[in-house]
Formats: sequence, C-alpha cells, structure tokens
Amino acid sequence: MHEMGIAEQLAQIAIDSIPADIENPKVEIVNLRIGKMAAIVEHSLTFCFEIIVKDTPLEGARLEIDFVPVMVHCTGCDNEWEVEGPVFQCPNCKEGKVEMLSGREIQITSIELV
Amino acid sequence: MEINIQKNVLEANETEADRNRKYFNENNVFVLNMMSSPGSGKTETLCKTLTKLAPKIRVGVLVGDICTTNDADRLAVTGAKVLQINTDQFGGDCHLAAHVVEKYALELGCEDLDLLIVENIGNLVCPAEFDIGEDAKAVMLSVTEGEDKPLKYPVIFQVADIAILNKIDLLPYLDFDAGLAVENMKKVHPQIPVFEIAAKTEEGLEPWIQWLKEKVAQKIGRK
Repeated sequence: MHEMGIAEQLAQIAIDSIPADIENPKVEIVNLRIGKMAAIVEHSLTFCFEIIVKDTPLEGARLEIDFVPVMVHCTGCDNEWEVEGPVFQCPNCKEGKVEMLSGREIQITSIELV
Repeated sequence: MEINIQKNVLEANETEADRNRKYFNENNVFVLNMMSSPGSGKTETLCKTLTKLAPKIRVGVLVGDICTTNDADRLAVTGAKVLQINTDQFGGDCHLAAHVVEKYALELGCEDLDLLIVENIGNLVCPAEFDIGEDAKAVMLSVTEGEDKPLKYPVIFQVADIAILNKIDLLPYLDFDAGLAVENMKKVHPQIPVFEIAAKTEEGLEPWIQWLKEKVAQKIGRK
C-alpha cells in the first residue's frame, strides 16, 4: 500500500502547479504516465487519491493514466523489445545484460482545470 | 485549461535519496539495502555475517519493522551499531522511504562506519520502488517460500544487484527446487549474482561475505 504515499506526493505536485491567480480553481483531470512495472495498482491509487484530495481543488478530479510499456535493451546483441511477462532474458541472444528503457516511471504530465 | 507539469511523482523521495547518497559518500560508507519477505532470514543472516566482519569492518545497521525492537536486540550482540526503525510512527509504512532513512542514519552517525546495512521492512513489493540513497540492493528469498516468487514479484528481483537464497540447510526436508528458484531469478534478472546460503549453519556464507568486503574496500578506496 505504498500508493497512499504516491497519492500524497501526486496531490501536492498538482496543487502546487495551479496558478495562484486563478480564483476557486477546480481540477477536473490529472494526467499521469505510469510504467507497467512501477508496482502501482490503479484502483488503490484512485482510492487513496480520493481520500487525500478531499476539501482541496482536486476534489472530484479524475486520474487519467497512460500506462507505459516495459521496453528493454540488450547490451549484448543490441536487441530492443517489450517485456510483457516477468521474463527479462533476451529472446535473441539469451545472455546479454538487459537495461530498462521505460516502464518504471510515475509521472504527472498535466492537470486540466474546469 | 490544461497546465503542463511533467514531473516525477517520486521526486521528493529522490531528492532526499540524493541527499542521503551525498552523506554516505562523504563518509565513504558502503550502504546496502536488504529486502525480502518477512521471515526469510535477513536478521539471522546479518547476525552471522556481521560477527565475521567485525572488528576490521565497522558496521552499522538500521533495521526497519512496523513494531518491536526484537531485531535490533538480536543484532546488537554482533558489536555493530544498531538502530531500530519502527514505522508505526510513520503510519505503519510498508517500506522505508528516503527521509526515514535520513533521520535514522543521522541519528546513528555514519562518520565512524565502513558499512551500513539497511534491513528494510519485510515486503517483496513496496521497498523496490523507493530509492534510499544506497549503493546496492540485495533481495533475499528462502527455500520455504516457493521457487516461483521471482516470477510473481519480478520488480524487486529486477532492481536488486544481488540475490541471496537462504535456508538451504532445509532443502533435504522440502520439495523446493533450488535450481529452479535460481533459474527464475535469472529469468527476471539474467546477470544477477546469487548466493546460496544457510545462515543458521553458516553454509555458503563465505562468497557473500567476500562480496561485501570487496564492495566496502572499493568504497573506502575512494578516500
């Protein structure tokens, strides 16, 4: 349940990003990019977010999540592929060192105000 | 109206982790983040390991649990400087965040240490997500848990620098296939070094202790 901590950080960044000159701001959508290997459970994050943002300009805001595929690169044979299961072995050379290109990010990309 | 942000949500933790890294580097202390599920034998492994490192290597341990000082009490007899972190002060967290490690590392004091081991909360999910400013991450699995755990919890095995398979002294009494467990670890993280040990009988401890000694020497060599 580290989603509570993530929701807190996320709400803080979103609130800090609202321009000070807007009167009674109301955020409708929070856009996120979350890697498929970021160990975030969507409904846990949404549940925590709803609790955290009560009585703030984010109350009622919807989390729109763009899930980022797990892309990896094999330094042995230069192969690049998307990992869809837990297996990270290079399907080409089987033994190269695998580095992750994407799939672990937890980013807030934008907020949309009413 | 859309406001562009493009920020890492874990930025605050990463800033704090960077601050920890700077503090650890200034003191040339090698920091290992030890992670596993509860009961896999982290504390027992440390008890046996630390007595073999002292007094040549000066060791500190931050040990995280939701409650009790049981682990700190067990580790104190090794001669290491030990501090218990109880996360119930922080909402019963399931992992140690960088700011928690910072608070306790400063309280413990790293100026007179060569090695700091952070025994994370027993959990195979959340600790993997949080950088604490460590030099390396170790993940431990014990033979009473099931060979497929690396496939079920791939993230922690992916981010770890080394893996330890503990309690191999129990293999004759179990159906556990150690070869398959190591194979599964390598499927998730092809290059991961795996140390097969039995903390209780001290079987296989030497290569793991040697790894620690080398890492500490490399860090001290930076002075």
